[in-house]
Amino acid sequence: MKLKLLAPCAVLAAGLFAGAANAGEVTVMSWGGAYTKSQVEAYQKPWMAATGNVVNSVDADNPASPIKAQVEAGNVSIDVADVEYSDAVRLCDEGLLESIDASTLPAAPDGTPAADDFIEGALTECAVANIVFSTIYAYDTTKFTGDVPTTIADFFDTAKFPGKRGLRKGAKANLEIALMGDGVPAADVYAMLKTDEGVARAFAKLDTIKNDVVWWEAGAQPPQLLADGEVAMTTAYNGRIFGAAVGEGKPFQIVWDGQILDFDLFVIPKGAPHLDLAMDYLRFATDTQQLANQAKWISYGPARKSSAPFVGLYQDGKTEMGPHMPTSPENMTNALVNSFEFWADYDTELNEKFNAWLAGN
Amino acid sequence: MSDQAASAGTAVLTTADGMPLKAAQARAMRRSRIRALVLVLPLLAFVFITFVMPIGQMLYRSIHNDSFSANMPNLVRYFADHEELGVPDEEGFAALAADLAAAAKAKTIGEVGTRINYEISGSRSLFTSAGRRAATLRPPYKQAVIDLDQAWADPELWAVMQRAAPEYTPSFYLAALDLTYGENGAIVPVPEDRQIYVALFIRTIWLSALISAFCLVLAFPIAHLLATLPLRYSNMLMIFVLLPFWTSLLVRTTSWIVLLQSQGVVNNLLVAIGAIGEDGRIQMMYNQAGTLIAMTHILLPFMVLPLYSVMKTIKPSYVRAARSLGANSWTAFWRVYFPQTAPGIGAGALLVFILAVGYYITPALVGGSSGQLISNLIAFHIEKSFNWSLAAALGALLLFGVLVLYWVYDRLVGINNMKLG
Repeated sequence: MKLKLLAPCAVLAAGLFAGAANAGEVTVMSWGGAYTKSQVEAYQKPWMAATGNVVNSVDADNPASPIKAQVEAGNVSIDVADVEYSDAVRLCDEGLLESIDASTLPAAPDGTPAADDFIEGALTECAVANIVFSTIYAYDTTKFTGDVPTTIADFFDTAKFPGKRGLRKGAKANLEIALMGDGVPAADVYAMLKTDEGVARAFAKLDTIKNDVVWWEAGAQPPQLLADGEVAMTTAYNGRIFGAAVGEGKPFQIVWDGQILDFDLFVIPKGAPHLDLAMDYLRFATDTQQLANQAKWISYGPARKSSAPFVGLYQDGKTEMGPHMPTSPENMTNALVNSFEFWADYDTELNEKFNAWLAGN
Repeated sequence: MSDQAASAGTAVLTTADGMPLKAAQARAMRRSRIRALVLVLPLLAFVFITFVMPIGQMLYRSIHNDSFSANMPNLVRYFADHEELGVPDEEGFAALAADLAAAAKAKTIGEVGTRINYEISGSRSLFTSAGRRAATLRPPYKQAVIDLDQAWADPELWAVMQRAAPEYTPSFYLAALDLTYGENGAIVPVPEDRQIYVALFIRTIWLSALISAFCLVLAFPIAHLLATLPLRYSNMLMIFVLLPFWTSLLVRTTSWIVLLQSQGVVNNLLVAIGAIGEDGRIQMMYNQAGTLIAMTHILLPFMVLPLYSVMKTIKPSYVRAARSLGANSWTAFWRVYFPQTAPGIGAGALLVFILAVGYYITPALVGGSSGQLISNLIAFHIEKSFNWSLAAALGALLLFGVLVLYWVYDRLVGINNMKLG
């Protein structure tokens, strides 16, 4: 290279490297679709604007799976992941997550410490909850013009409401819905599922619709199945149906009876490449205002009590988000809170039974 | 050369520079073999590092699981010294208490609980809750631990722990074959409502054989056409065969969903022309039919291409000779043409079968419940239940099954009779 060009090139290179050194990067993994979009808008973009760092957003059907693989292989590329409660507890028990000290989380605007501001159960040793979501069922209003389904038992009534049903492929949530549809009160569901008779009863109820079920695995599938007309009713994550109904104007209606509430939590895998930045992102994203902001993009409840008053309108500027929250009082008449302890213990056995039931005839 | 002529019977043959012919030959062969090896070495290294080593590691996982043995050393030592299964005495409980406290401190108690949870549900919380209170335990340990939870007095739990103590265990292979240890350590089938794997293995092999057969029936005419058409048309046809091959697998699979679902294109067309009623829509998706159709379509190029390359080498003069000697079309085809394509059929069928046996994306998307294959359960154990040892055992059994079929094929047809071109 000519010497004349060398000096400007060196300056340019130094400038580029200096610039790159300033911009930190974190990799955040979430569930994809409308949910990832809500996180990008509410957490990632504001954090990038505030700190000048870059967020690399990746998706998975279940972010818990890559975590175990990466930590065991000693090659972790994810800094922050959004996982379900039972996965957070299980991964923490197996030593695959970094501990998170709740005292480092920001307090509520009125000074309440974070440990008291988060909803009961939202903080664990290795995880911080961000949202409360719910597994509900939804139907297409154009399909049922006379009687409409209103209870969880109606989901299993293919005589009165003909058509296929959509269910998430797995034992979780399906066994509880089956028992509730069979008339078991929400408070007794998990006690019953610990017994063989209870499990048999749940599978017997599922047998009544087995031939009509279309099994989904990704969160974006149920709204698509409803839109295609492939199913008449389907269980789904409530925020995805809301996004299709209000955001895209589809004629979907959610039935809140028999909903199963759960948390989604942020975790940091052990050996994450950018631990400090990951903690900074986590603290920012679970702050009162940010949790309230995500409700602008998807109908999931914030995990902090102090966020509730800040929940306002949807991004379209018209829809009140309050009635669409899983935790809204009118939706909680027959709700079940998912028991992570139950699933941490019984998922092996029940998933095996479920797989055998599914594969058999 | 004159040397050889002069001393034909007894003297050793030599080359022009005096070296014995045999030695010179051996040296030349060795050189060319080394040269060939050096050329292949990068590929061998690549295959070893990216294929043999990871697969070897997974197979190792299927018999090696040290979740218990690495984290509960005192108990492992106790079990090594005492053979009986069942609830132990004070010494055993002392070992348990020491191990629980140490594992809780090292945060490995969850791993231990998970390992036992594979066989007895509820063990995970039993271990983790005992671990939390293990530091406060005082002798007599047997009473102290049983006071924590009555389950610690269950002989079944101790039998499972004793079996989990060694690093190397066949229990995952047993689970993969729907077997388990019953009373007194005898091997018994698992309860009826948990038997899945054997049935799925059978279904996988049957569906894969069916897919290979469908591919053969569809691919044979295409390959024949490709091999016999003039160049201009066969090039065009080849592009039609290869274009789907180059399209993303997911795009092809989801296109089938759009076409075959009950509100999809095919059903809507049939209803529109009146062939079926609104209620009589054909279920071609989310069941075995969906798996068969989609996988046949996706694996078709793998059957077309080997058949095509073999058919290209078949001289048309043989069939013409047969016809001129009086054979009709069918006889000429069946007795002269078809046997010559056998190597291509063998190659294509084997390729399609082995690919079909391992496919999991397509059955997962379009198979519903009746079109699921064993590969879906292997994926389930890797991604969802994180029981990698069981997934490895299932994979190892699948590999073994395929190798057995390969051996049978070799005996029946002969691997040397397989040509890819």
